[in-house]
Amino acid sequence: MSISNHVVINLQQIKKIYDMGGAEEVQALRGVSLQIQKNEYVAIMGPSGSGKSTLMNIIGCLDTPSSGLYEFNGVNVSEMNDNQLAKIRNKEIGFVFQTFNLLARSDSLHNVELPLIYAGVTSADRKRLAREALEHVGLGDRGHHKPNELSGGQRQRVAVARALVNRPSILLADEPTGNLDSKTGDEIMVLFEELHSQGNTIILVTHEEYIAEHAHRIIRIRDGMIEIDEIVKNRKKINTA
Amino acid sequence: MYFLNEIKEGLIIAFRAIRANKMRSVLTTLGIVIGIVSVTLMATAIEGVDRAFEKSASAFGSKVLYVQKFPWVQHDDWWKYRNRRDMKVEYVSTISRQATLVDAVAPSVLTFKDARFGSRTMLSAFVTGTTHQYQEASGTTIQDGRFISQEESDGGRPVCAIGANVAETLFPSIDPIGQTIKIGGFPYTVLAVFEKQGGMFGTFTSDNRIFVPINSFMNQFGSRRDVLISARVAAGVDIEEAKEELRGVMRKIRHLEPGEQDDFNINEQEMLTQIFGAITAVIAGIGFFITGLSLFVGGIGIMNIMYVSVTERTKEIGIRKAIGARRRTILFQFLVEAALICLIGGIIGLMIAYPLSLIADQILPTAMPISVVILSLFVSLFVGVISGFLPAYKASKLDPVDALRYE
Repeated sequence: MSISNHVVINLQQIKKIYDMGGAEEVQALRGVSLQIQKNEYVAIMGPSGSGKSTLMNIIGCLDTPSSGLYEFNGVNVSEMNDNQLAKIRNKEIGFVFQTFNLLARSDSLHNVELPLIYAGVTSADRKRLAREALEHVGLGDRGHHKPNELSGGQRQRVAVARALVNRPSILLADEPTGNLDSKTGDEIMVLFEELHSQGNTIILVTHEEYIAEHAHRIIRIRDGMIEIDEIVKNRKKINTA
Repeated sequence: MYFLNEIKEGLIIAFRAIRANKMRSVLTTLGIVIGIVSVTLMATAIEGVDRAFEKSASAFGSKVLYVQKFPWVQHDDWWKYRNRRDMKVEYVSTISRQATLVDAVAPSVLTFKDARFGSRTMLSAFVTGTTHQYQEASGTTIQDGRFISQEESDGGRPVCAIGANVAETLFPSIDPIGQTIKIGGFPYTVLAVFEKQGGMFGTFTSDNRIFVPINSFMNQFGSRRDVLISARVAAGVDIEEAKEELRGVMRKIRHLEPGEQDDFNINEQEMLTQIFGAITAVIAGIGFFITGLSLFVGGIGIMNIMYVSVTERTKEIGIRKAIGARRRTILFQFLVEAALICLIGGIIGLMIAYPLSLIADQILPTAMPISVVILSLFVSLFVGVISGFLPAYKASKLDPVDALRYE
């Protein structure tokens, strides 16, 4: 298996321009080119207003670039329509958000099941896969709890289970520890570490140096451009003992 | 499979949303409930009136022509008809001889007289003088006994046949056949009792009538009367042809020159049905418009609440889109919710309307046919889909990035 040679994400000269009406326009991204390979663990960093959220939205196929080429697993997604993008999001991308974004009225199992429903998986398979995913993140016994009956860390684990249930090509985490205290935040980072070691490709968007240092590679964005793209030499290891 | 999953998911979400906002759902549904109740009751009432009319109109017989001085439906000034010559009993024999397409012809002369039996009295009974052919010519059915015979008719015998209501009034406990009643002071022996006809044209049915031979009628109650002639169209003959022939015969009897207008009318049940149909169509049109408005208002309520629901759940829509829900899926989800609210409203509406229709039946004949039930369920579903469409479309068009950012 040539894991390291497989390019999952290939961005070439990606630009995103927001038309603010009239002659005014904002260039959120001014030509970003980057490649992410399979089983990489990448952190995207940058202050607010740097364009990192825009970049994350484009990588996550929530938004399309104004110009440039975006290839996902060798497929050009920059000109896909809404339905095609929805399919990519469903099958290839697992989102983990800062605010968890679970459906409040649904229990954990149903939340994890949701991507499978949109993927058209049969009911029996859905139940099994969702349970397995919850067990994977250590919440096998919390299937029938609703989000408000879970702690913040547990909610984020449910969100991770939901992100992984369709076996996506990348896990895209936007400030996953932002709403957690440092201890539970660390637990989530340990979970990410495990997922990475199991072969998952992880893209982490954060503004915290401390969190970014868990990754193997850090891409720093400023003013809509890549400022630095570096390999982390002294990776932060959490004492899991 | 995929579509079934979507339907199921849509239903689950819809049920959950309805349960989560109970009060709101109840109030929203109420609009549809009221709409459906009023529309179904309206439909039921119209259906009931139609049926009652059909039943009543059958008293006239669909194959009987009535030759009269006055038309049933008057297009001209009443005085014009009033000045026509009276119809005469003698016409009957001429018609039976010359009109080949009718096989029973009978005259009727009418008056109101009190009828007595012992201590019991029926005030102003509808006394009809006629011949032995009347029963055939009018298509009425005898329940007990036999109708006046030709000999009794020709000889003006003191015999009579009575309607169901007359029998009930004068003979609450004993068999009327063979009893002698007094009509306007003259004794008559009861030969027959007619089957009850019912319906809304009370005086025209046989129910309140007493039939006596026309000759004794003329002797005892006076002979200067306008006569009504009933003629039954022979089996297998087109009613219009028979009517044309009868008209020709009548014109000859009346010595009308070509070009002169008829000074008589030939009436038939069809005329009533047409007039009645036109009236009910107008009533139905107005009724459905007004009750439809209440359903429309209910639909606006649904639309309003669905807009609120979409705005409230913008974030949820964003989440669903982020993890792979397509536009269609979101559109469908909200459509199902709106349709479900309306369908529940429709079902509740029917459950209220049905007992109400039974109560109304005591006053006015009504009937809730299954077609109205099915139709109203479809209508409520339709209202839900129509009023849910715009909000659902709005939801499906939401940009996932914006929707996720919404707080």
